[in-house]
Parts: sequence; C-alpha cells; structure tokens
Amino acid sequence: MYELLVIGGSAGSLSVVLKILPHINRSLGLAIIIVFHRKNSEDTSLIEVLSRRTDCYVKEAEDKDELQPGTIYLAPADYHVLIEKDRSITLDDSEKINHSRPSIDVTFESAAEVYNSSLACMLLSGANADGVEGLISARKRGALILVQDPATAEVPFMPKQALERVGVDFLVKECNLRECPIFKSDS
Amino acid sequence: MDATRNIQLSDEEVEFVLNDVMDLYGYDFTNYSKASLKRRINRLISNDRFPSFAEFRYRIINDKDYFSRFVEEITVNVTEMFRDVTFYKTLRQQVIPVLATWPLIRIWHAGCSTGEEVYSMAILLHEANLLHKSLLYATDINPAVLQKVREGVFPLSQMRQYSENYILSGGNRDFSSYYTAQYNAAKFDEQFGKRIVLATHNLVSDGSFNEFQLIMCRNVMIYFDKQLQDKVLHLFYDSLEQLGFLALGSKETLRFTDIHKNFKQIENKEKIWRKIK
Repeated sequence: MYELLVIGGSAGSLSVVLKILPHINRSLGLAIIIVFHRKNSEDTSLIEVLSRRTDCYVKEAEDKDELQPGTIYLAPADYHVLIEKDRSITLDDSEKINHSRPSIDVTFESAAEVYNSSLACMLLSGANADGVEGLISARKRGALILVQDPATAEVPFMPKQALERVGVDFLVKECNLRECPIFKSDS
Repeated sequence: MDATRNIQLSDEEVEFVLNDVMDLYGYDFTNYSKASLKRRINRLISNDRFPSFAEFRYRIINDKDYFSRFVEEITVNVTEMFRDVTFYKTLRQQVIPVLATWPLIRIWHAGCSTGEEVYSMAILLHEANLLHKSLLYATDINPAVLQKVREGVFPLSQMRQYSENYILSGGNRDFSSYYTAQYNAAKFDEQFGKRIVLATHNLVSDGSFNEFQLIMCRNVMIYFDKQLQDKVLHLFYDSLEQLGFLALGSKETLRFTDIHKNFKQIENKEKIWRKIK
C-alpha cells in the first residue's frame, strides 16, 4: 500500500540510514528517495556505501528519472528533488530553502502532492528544522509520518521539532525497525 | 519557510495563469516542469504577499511591468563561475584543444542567465590564446539578465568561491587579475565582454540562428518537461556543426530522447556529447 518512502536527514543521519537500509529490500515494492544535506564536494562513494546494505538498486537521482519500486534515489548535492504527476523526478537548482539544497521540505511537499496516503516520510537526526514544513503538508495529505526518536538521535533538534509541530505515526528507534509499518511485509 | 501566508495553487489555477501569460504576452510556459513551476509561482505569490489567487491573476493580466517580474522570478537565475570543477577541467583539456582547430570559434550559451558561465568560458578561451577568434553568443528568455551579462559585474563576495573553483578546475593564473574590485562589485575586463554577443531567445518558440561548435545549456532544461526537452535538443542538433559539442548540466541526460543516437558522450562521462551524425 505504500509506494514511496522519502527519508530526510542532516547531521548525524547517515549512520541511522545505514542501520535502516538492511530492512529495505526489493520485495517491499517501494521506491525510496534519500535527501541528505551534504556538501557539493562529496564524491560518489556514498552510493557504494549505501548499496552494500540493501539489495535495492541505489543511484544518484538524475533529471526525469522515473521512480521505480526497488530503487533508491539519492538526492544530488546542490539540487532540490521534486516529483511530477507522472512519477518522474524533476531536479531544480533554484535558491536554497532553510539554507539547504537539497531541501527535505521541498521533496516531502512535492511527493505528498502526487502520492498522498501511499507516501511515507521519515525524518532523522539533524541540526535545523528543514523537513518539518514538508511533514505538515504530507500529513495533511494522509502520508505516514515516521520520525527518529530524538533520544536516539546524534543531533536531536530536527526530529524534536517534528514531534512538537507535526506529531508522528511511528517513532523510529534502532530496536523497533521490524515493527515499522512500512517494513512489515519484510519476510 | 515563509509561514505568514501560504497559498497553494491547484493545478487548474496554474493552468489559468499559464494560459493568460500565453494569450496576453506570448510567453509559453505550458511545457515547463509542472512541479517546479508550481513551486515557483507559489513562492512568488507568497513573497509578494498576494492575499488571494484572484488578486495575483488580476495583477498579471493588467500590469505589464509585473509580468516582467513574473518572468524574472519564475525562471531560475542561480548560477556561478566554474561550477562543477571537473566539467571545466574537461572543457579545458579535451574540448578547447579541438575548438582551436576551427578558424572562427562560435559558442552558444543557451539560457545564459546572468552570464557567470559565459565569463568562465571567455577566461578559458583567453588562457588558450583563442579569445580573439571566438564569439560567445549568450541568449536568455529574460531581457533583464542580459543587461547584467553586458555589464560583466558580479558580486565581490562571490569572488573567493569563484577563485577557488577556478583553481580546482585547472586554472593557474591570478584570478583577481581578471576583474577590478569596485566597492562590493567585481567588474570583469572589457576584453571578455567584447567577444560576447547578446540576444533574447526563447528556447520554447525561437528557432536556430547560427551554427556552433559548442552549445552550453547547463541546468536549463531541467525546468522543461520531456516533450519540450526533446524539442530543444532537436534545435541544438540543428544548430551544431558536425562533431560539435553539446554540454549539459551534471545531472542531465540525453537518454530520454530519440536524438541520443546522433550524439556520442565523451569518454570521461562528463555531460558533454559530440554530434556524430
């Protein structure tokens, strides 16, 4: 029933994603977009690091990529990632939002307009509030809201803001990933 | 994010605006990427504090000056000098030596925005002793940005970053020798501006106007839908000399268009293709 998972994270979120990835396999039938705040200069080794933890195909998002189940699209540094009605990706290099490009808000909002209740949004560790406005839009459209437990987050500000201002359907901890609604069909 | 006012247009309302703009001013935005375009219109409505969609629409219809602002704000004008250093390194090492073999070098910067890439290219040509026999055609849909290209003045605050990009892309001269600092602006040397030809050109509706050995169109077509991308790529094909180069942004691809078979990507996988047939 869920078709797209968007994961957003900033400072301290990579290590969490590496723990989540083994729970994301092709059999879930999900397309996944990961939006990290990262520096322009970083190289492609991140794709390799992510690929080793999952059987999904991991790639950096390119303009007009069509979202496919079983594929993980990493937002490229310096571009916002938006989703079109035909479920293809549009990249956008316009102004930074919340001092960030890619901005998590932009992808959450855009994905929610297309996927509505078949969307799951996950917001992880981070030091600013990017993603929170996007979660508000996504929740209005019926998306599943997943937030990392601030108590387990390396930098709790971002998930804490989300809990205070949006609320949550499932609080993500390392120990409860198996119970997470989107990973339930995990066999 | 601006929380003061948050009008989110429906798809239908976006269509209304685009049709008005087309009928009244002849600008066709209907094949722009919808998700991105909608976001920019919502952003404009929010920044300009319109209380409702109806008032925004009324202003577009009745105020020609506001329409100019609309074009400036809807089109994305974020650019920098020597952005993507490996791309510029490849231009320097693999493309410019080939361009050097032509008696007159013609380059088209399609969707040049405020001209940072045009000046970057002019610097590369200057350093290869080719600027004197080169013409850089810089075009954009938006007349306001072309004025900035003509002036060759960029914010001084950016120069540190640009100088760093320049060095990382293989530049080994004193970058600051190319401009004069004036208060908070950097005015680039006249020798560059003299080789730049400016024109308004709308990729949606205007045709080919010359033949080039290199067309640069980086991060412009990401704002177009697939259909319009395809059309513009045919325009570029028609505007390129045999074995001419086409350079796109680092996350763009030709693979969704039928014309990709007429191009061959250069070997190091930078987003540069040659017209092979």
